[in-house]
Amino acid sequence: MSPEAFISALYVFALAAFLGYQVISRVPPLLHTPLMSATNAISAISLVGSLVTAGGDYNLTSTLLGFAAVIAASINVVGGFMITDRMLKMFRRKEQIQH
Amino acid sequence: MAYFSEFTYLAASILFIFGLKALSHPDTARRGMNLAAFGMLLAIIGTLVRHEILRYDWIIAGLVIGSAIGAAMSIWMPMTAMPERTALSHSFGALAASLVGISEYYRHGAELGAFKMTAIGFEVMFGGITVTGSIMAFAKLSELVRGSPITYKGQNILNVSLFVVTAVIFITLIFLPGSSALFYTMVGLSFLFGILLVLPIGAADMPVVMSLMNSYAGLASAATGFALSNNVLIIAGTLDGFSGFILSILMCKAMNRSINNVLFGAFGAEASGTATQTEGVMREVSTEDVAVQMAYARQVVFVPGYGMATAQAQHVVRELAELLEARGVTVKYAIHPVAGRMPGHMNVLLAEANVPYSSLYELEQINSEFPTTDVAIVIGANDVVNPDARDNPQSPIAGMPILEVDRAHSVVVLKRGRGKGFSGLENPLFFKPNTGMLYGDAKSSLSSLTHAVQQA
Repeated sequence: MSPEAFISALYVFALAAFLGYQVISRVPPLLHTPLMSATNAISAISLVGSLVTAGGDYNLTSTLLGFAAVIAASINVVGGFMITDRMLKMFRRKEQIQH
Repeated sequence: MAYFSEFTYLAASILFIFGLKALSHPDTARRGMNLAAFGMLLAIIGTLVRHEILRYDWIIAGLVIGSAIGAAMSIWMPMTAMPERTALSHSFGALAASLVGISEYYRHGAELGAFKMTAIGFEVMFGGITVTGSIMAFAKLSELVRGSPITYKGQNILNVSLFVVTAVIFITLIFLPGSSALFYTMVGLSFLFGILLVLPIGAADMPVVMSLMNSYAGLASAATGFALSNNVLIIAGTLDGFSGFILSILMCKAMNRSINNVLFGAFGAEASGTATQTEGVMREVSTEDVAVQMAYARQVVFVPGYGMATAQAQHVVRELAELLEARGVTVKYAIHPVAGRMPGHMNVLLAEANVPYSSLYELEQINSEFPTTDVAIVIGANDVVNPDARDNPQSPIAGMPILEVDRAHSVVVLKRGRGKGFSGLENPLFFKPNTGMLYGDAKSSLSSLTHAVQQA
């Protein structure tokens, strides 16, 4: 990794941190549990790294580590988005609730 | 093809931000998260076509196994187990990041430059701490390990020295990336540190721990992004990291404590400060009396706590509330930010029981209404309604914002037994003349109340 690449990665990090602060402080406490599972699902994008490790065919150890990482990350991708949706579906206004 | 995957990553980053922005309102949240999920799908497809990927057998097996486990967990996990599920998922996320980091080190080792070594170091450190820390949190939440703080002599000194040793090894590695023994020692120490960090934290402080682990898991992903020079990983990881960080601060504020105090204070193990000497007796009330009070009230406010979750009483609460509303009583729910075991825990449980979110009120919104509330019903909550936090500067929880139920005309506390709360503090609310105690399991108390209101 060149110093230039590191610096530009730092830029991305700093701007994402600032943006994250702005966006997330607007989420009402009502939705804090779905927020946690949503951010957890989103950060399971590390699946992208796991896929390259598992499929790169570098050596057996890397492949196995990558394979385990793919399992762990895809649990979070699939489970995270599904449970977030299951929760969000439950938050309804009075007139939306039928008996 | 290389550009194709970069474009999918850019699209994913943008869609993730839209998704989180949509969470600012329950009406837009679902659609926003669908967009984010679509972004994730794009990024995965973009990765699968990359030229670095030479074989698909392990990938497909991993995706199938992981998706099956993830889907099964999200379909069959009951809502009351949300804190446990979330703790586990922090652990999985961090595990994925750590494994990728270890594999990167295994492949490159001594050829790693200082920058990349730093990134990998952060990745496995945050990752390792979160993997075991979250498993500890899970064990405490599911009561595999006792929930009260586990302390021993020299605990803080041990933790701090462990941290210093790990940090020294990390710095050495930046200059000597080839010393693999040091690297694997650092990984091991990070795993150990995660366990020791969460051990002394009580179950009632779990909202802070959960938020902190949320933050670390995100930072581990962001560090993975640095190590792999992948911007979408940096962006998504940072968003997660900061979200957890903001939640940690909010939770600490809601308890008027600092992060340090939560992590190293072992709250509830030893009593610091003095609780108000309580005098008088706790007045026990009958179901019929409470039912009559509620049936003829103008406004009733329910104050749920962890006790409602353990008793699975949310559905009965809603039934009772509907019955009261049919009689013309205004019903509201007062939600303290740290009620339950994770941020927003009570809101999810009540939403699951079909309580409209417009009836859920935050602390600042509801406190001014207690003086005009006829009956406040406290369901398995204790510290969040303890007036000592407001009135007694010597109290260990002094300054913690509370729901001021004691200002209501009449307070009914549903409680399992006469024992003290989780923090072991005496609660003067229980001894006030306008407070009545209704002992028993919250769920059965509430169903007999429902029954009695029908008769009234």
